Amino acid sequence: MAECHPVGFQWVMEAKARGAKLIHVDPRYTRTSAVSDAHVPLRAGTDIAFLGGIINYVLENDKYFRDYVVDYTNAPVILNEDFRGPEDLDGVFSGLDPEQRSYDHRTWQYEGMTVQAASGLRDMAYDDIVGEADESGHGEAAGSGGPPIGVGDPERDPTLQHPRCVFQVLKRHFSRYTPEMVERICGVPRELFLRICETIAQNSGRDRTTAFAYAVGWTQHTVGVQYIRTASILQSLLGNIGRPGGGILALRGHASIQGSTDIPTLYNLLPGYIPMPHAHPEQDLESFVRGESARKGFWGDMSAYMVSLMKSYWGDAATADNDYCFDYLPRLTGTHNTYDTAMAQINGECKGYFLMGENPAVGSANAKIQRLGMANLDWLVVRDFSQIESATWWKDGPEIESGEMRTEDIGTEVFFLPAATHTEKDGSFTNTQRMLQWHYRAVEPAGDARSDLWFTYHLGRIIREKLAGSADEMDRPVLDLTWDYPTMGEMREPDAEAVLAEINGFDADGNPLSSYTQLKDDGSTSCGCWIYCGCYADGVNQTARRKPGKDQNWVAPEWGWAWPLNRRVLYNRASADKDGKPWSDRKALVWWDAEQGVWTGHDVPDFIADRPPDHRPPRDATGPDAIAGDDPFIMQADGKAWLFVPSGLTDGPLPAHYESQESPFPNPLYRQQRNPVRYLLPPHPDNRYAPSGEAPGADIYPFVATTYRLTEHHTAGGMSRWQPYLAELQPEFFCEVSPELAAERGLEHGGWATIISARNAVEARVLVTERMPSLNVEGKVVHQIGLPYHWGPNGYSTGDAANELLHLALDPNSHIQETKAWSVDIRPGRRPRGPATVALVQEYRRRAGITDGTGTEI
Amino acid sequence: MEVTRGVDMGVRQWIESWPVYRQFTEGDPLGRGAAAKSAGSERLRARVSTADKVVKSICPYCAVGCGQDVFVKDGKVTHIEGDPDSPVSRGRLCPKGSATLQLTTGSAREYQVLYRRPHGTDWEALDLDTAMDMIADRVIEARRRGWQWETDDGLRVRRTMGFASLGGATLDNEENYLIKKLFTALGAVQIENQARI
Repeated sequence: MAECHPVGFQWVMEAKARGAKLIHVDPRYTRTSAVSDAHVPLRAGTDIAFLGGIINYVLENDKYFRDYVVDYTNAPVILNEDFRGPEDLDGVFSGLDPEQRSYDHRTWQYEGMTVQAASGLRDMAYDDIVGEADESGHGEAAGSGGPPIGVGDPERDPTLQHPRCVFQVLKRHFSRYTPEMVERICGVPRELFLRICETIAQNSGRDRTTAFAYAVGWTQHTVGVQYIRTASILQSLLGNIGRPGGGILALRGHASIQGSTDIPTLYNLLPGYIPMPHAHPEQDLESFVRGESARKGFWGDMSAYMVSLMKSYWGDAATADNDYCFDYLPRLTGTHNTYDTAMAQINGECKGYFLMGENPAVGSANAKIQRLGMANLDWLVVRDFSQIESATWWKDGPEIESGEMRTEDIGTEVFFLPAATHTEKDGSFTNTQRMLQWHYRAVEPAGDARSDLWFTYHLGRIIREKLAGSADEMDRPVLDLTWDYPTMGEMREPDAEAVLAEINGFDADGNPLSSYTQLKDDGSTSCGCWIYCGCYADGVNQTARRKPGKDQNWVAPEWGWAWPLNRRVLYNRASADKDGKPWSDRKALVWWDAEQGVWTGHDVPDFIADRPPDHRPPRDATGPDAIAGDDPFIMQADGKAWLFVPSGLTDGPLPAHYESQESPFPNPLYRQQRNPVRYLLPPHPDNRYAPSGEAPGADIYPFVATTYRLTEHHTAGGMSRWQPYLAELQPEFFCEVSPELAAERGLEHGGWATIISARNAVEARVLVTERMPSLNVEGKVVHQIGLPYHWGPNGYSTGDAANELLHLALDPNSHIQETKAWSVDIRPGRRPRGPATVALVQEYRRRAGITDGTGTEI
Repeated sequence: MEVTRGVDMGVRQWIESWPVYRQFTEGDPLGRGAAAKSAGSERLRARVSTADKVVKSICPYCAVGCGQDVFVKDGKVTHIEGDPDSPVSRGRLCPKGSATLQLTTGSAREYQVLYRRPHGTDWEALDLDTAMDMIADRVIEARRRGWQWETDDGLRVRRTMGFASLGGATLDNEENYLIKKLFTALGAVQIENQARI
């Protein structure tokens, strides 16, 4: 955090100055470790074992926060009797279909009911919910409360003794994650591990809270979502969610990466985490909403969010008679993530490509696959500040140098359009804590530079002009689109505040809405992103509020605007006990004011304002009405934090330690080596996997590599390698290796090394340092190699891209690639030039006996 | 006498203007305030002091969201520094945020549309309006060629697989909103950004 989010880290140091203990878990010693109470280096790719070990410690030693766990989590819920876990099935969960490489999640459900997830792959449960409803004859009962699934509360045992209750299942599941096992898997000595366990447990409870902060490296594994899940289970057991000083904080790395997830430029989502519809037979708006929403909680109002979105997109054209243009939405069939798209470019299906502020030619895993895809396009549009690698690969990319491609043979037509900077446009960024902050245009962009707002608006305008008058049904969605934004000045820059107002939404009279609770599913309201509703309340740009921090309380509610409804801590109802009283004075955040009959506190309560703690909803209540006074997790189908996930995850209801796609070790916990349902791309000669564990050839790539960022550069370098100050501070690509590895391989500090994976080879300067310690794992020494991933051949600060080395094996939930742990070899000296690099990589693959099936075993 | 007094005055003035002396006699024992100033430095003016306006902004790098003050003179950005009012950052910027002036005004920025024709070996110049018109034509064409009403097993999908888009995490919310809205209406599903990586 001190390296990658240094200014945010000042608050960690403030906490430390007030007595907080700081623990840094990272394979590498960094500026964070330097000021921590403990640095815990571990083998990359083993965090589930580490966190699972802490969970086991908490359960075995009764260190969990019992009242919180019983009242606010699904620990007491009884599970389906057909559920089997990795302890029963040697590493997999019930429902695995090895042929399809997927799980049938039905045995993971609660006893006697089907609940829907608040996030993740909700379409998993679609057929069950819609199908069962149809069978029960209620299929067409739109508006009458939906199907009789999940009526009432799940069966619970508040004593936590029932053998099939979540708590007991959890206990059994993690029972073998002992300190000894943690030491074997992670390379963390058990004394150090136990000291960490004790520190965390002592610092949690009524009076104290512990926070977890992760840079998004946690997500970059074939079990990435389950990493976060493991932390969620631990934090829920300790009562550290929804409370001040608690939580799990994703330290994200782009100015509006949160915003671009909330208002997604992502294939699987619509604004506000409404799923993009998957193709289903005879699907209409009603069946879509029924299949994807929960009966209870705020997802129960999904039809209002969805219809209001359709009204924002299609305005007057969206009517009750035409299902609010629901048919205009394109449908998904399986996955369409960025790596699938690269493959679709290689196989000729996808012919045109827009890159807007992203540099996949060096910034995406297996960068060569990205370039091969772009070389097979009809056209490519690159919008950026400088000539990034994704704009110039056709004349100076690595394949031109190696002779694998010739510029004259590449048919891709490339348009480079210079982009405006944040100082040249109005707009809002959403930071990593869900806070929207407005930035104002200081000057007009020069020359041809334009904002992406300008580009998108005018591209749409021109396309609509060209298609005007078309009678083709294909063109109706784009011709019916509301696309009449006011523009300003000679450049005709669209008014960004008008777009923000559309995102916020309007009532039937065109007045700005102030809360998503005002949204209706009768077509009378519009809202471009329901969770952002209120950001333009009263016609005022709430995101532009700038009351100085020193003139406010510690929550600083009048700076910017956080979704939803300016709540700064999500699920903060959990900061008070069942009766609405803070768990302790020290940790008070919101509480029930019985006299006034409202929730109040330092933060905006994330709860129904006037719902008393003792409220019990009627059995047939739905949506927000079904939330009991002690259900803090208001988006969840049962109002509780999920220790066990009955729906929404593709790879199991509980986290289990699996080895990375490529690992030097067999899995010590289960016979199952890897996540059985990890997402592998179709076989491609440039995306081969190395053998793992004891398989022959694994010793050809004996070291664990991991990537990370440096303070002085940003992501793949598009915004930092062209800045002279930053280029001078970090002038070239390097690798970090331990003195032991340097001695073993003859690497010289300051010299060159070549690093080879089953995909490619790169060269880097060598930094020999004890900051990258070698670890003892399973009785042998494992060396890890650190590779900052900021580089490429263009700009002032240059070097090979670490992403050349990476494979495409993805987390099955998020389709994020495994860039944090894979297998390589390292040798002294620069990499060969020309065709010899390709020959070197092939020679390694031949020695390791790699085929198109290697590493693809389930 | 006059001469002596003059020398005397000169020495005293010289000693009294000596920073170490002033440090101890002017209530600035650490020498970080007035004592550190010379007649020369007294005359210096920060370039921000002559700015025409200060525009409130947010750092464009990571997702912490530090506040920035953007100083403008004669229609040009002359300086960018941390906004002390921000409860997020309290005026601080990291090395990247501190290099924002180079990001926004540096010589590496491109200001002209560049065009590489199929099989071409170098960039060519192209007018922005022409480029926009050509891109619109290509979107319409790729969209039609990649159009699917149904899957092979008859499920209605109403989409195009002909073009894709990548990027958004460095852009504004409003920009992401328009990108998703337009491309979805055109039937594209392969819309992605950095959140996936």
